[in-house]
Amino acid sequence: MTLITTETGDPQILRVAVTRIDSAIAIQFKDAVRELVSPEVGRVVLDLNAVDFIDSSGLGAIVAAMKGMADHQRFDLAGLRPMVDKVFRMTRMDSIFVIHDTVDASRAGAEN
Amino acid sequence: MPQPVTEQTMLDMSLESTPVAVRGALARVVETLCCMGWDEEPRGTVQLVIAEALNNIVEHAYGAGCPGQISLRLRATAELADIVMTDHGMALPGATLPGAAPARLDVPRYDLPEGGFGWQLIRGLSDRLSYRHSNGVNHLEIRICRCSGK
Repeated sequence: MTLITTETGDPQILRVAVTRIDSAIAIQFKDAVRELVSPEVGRVVLDLNAVDFIDSSGLGAIVAAMKGMADHQRFDLAGLRPMVDKVFRMTRMDSIFVIHDTVDASRAGAEN
Repeated sequence: MPQPVTEQTMLDMSLESTPVAVRGALARVVETLCCMGWDEEPRGTVQLVIAEALNNIVEHAYGAGCPGQISLRLRATAELADIVMTDHGMALPGATLPGAAPARLDVPRYDLPEGGFGWQLIRGLSDRLSYRHSNGVNHLEIRICRCSGK
């Protein structure tokens, strides 16, 4: 199963291809992000637009993937649907990531 | 003859403590709430709270090495979801609900927490929450009101 597709460039776009990031796939998801992130880019944007459900293990996988990146790299998020946005807000993890409304907005370098 | 309006639905199931079984159980919960006229957002809230509670049982009460059975009961009306989960796994530490203190986030990237969010979400999204451990059984009860706006 393909969890993530990628578009090269800077920012590098990682598009999540599944609708759920839950405990059944959290570890594979983290590994897939780590494998796909290009060491050359300064910024990676994780497009969550396809995801309508995330639980705390999915959230943990995203945090773990971000922690695995080099110090000079930034890991942004884009396209959060309402339930996903709620999980980030309630755990205050929305304060850790730059979150863009859409991937297009993230390309423009906008903060929102 | 028109059917009388169903006022409440019960869902009673037993599942294995595995992530895949949790997925299946959540799908049935969502379907049940859908039938009771719950919209996407409150359905999502119930799904998330049950997911977190079940994940805790799978990962901590039983653990990966020794899976067991979980019983999940949902009683849903148009306004309320009452959920009861029981399992025969290990009790919560101190046989009590964990505190709500969120992890610190003002730390370097490599120190950021990757877990511990589950109870934060359960507490934040539940309207009523109770836990007891007796006769080797964990018993967790959760109420979520559809219109609490959480």
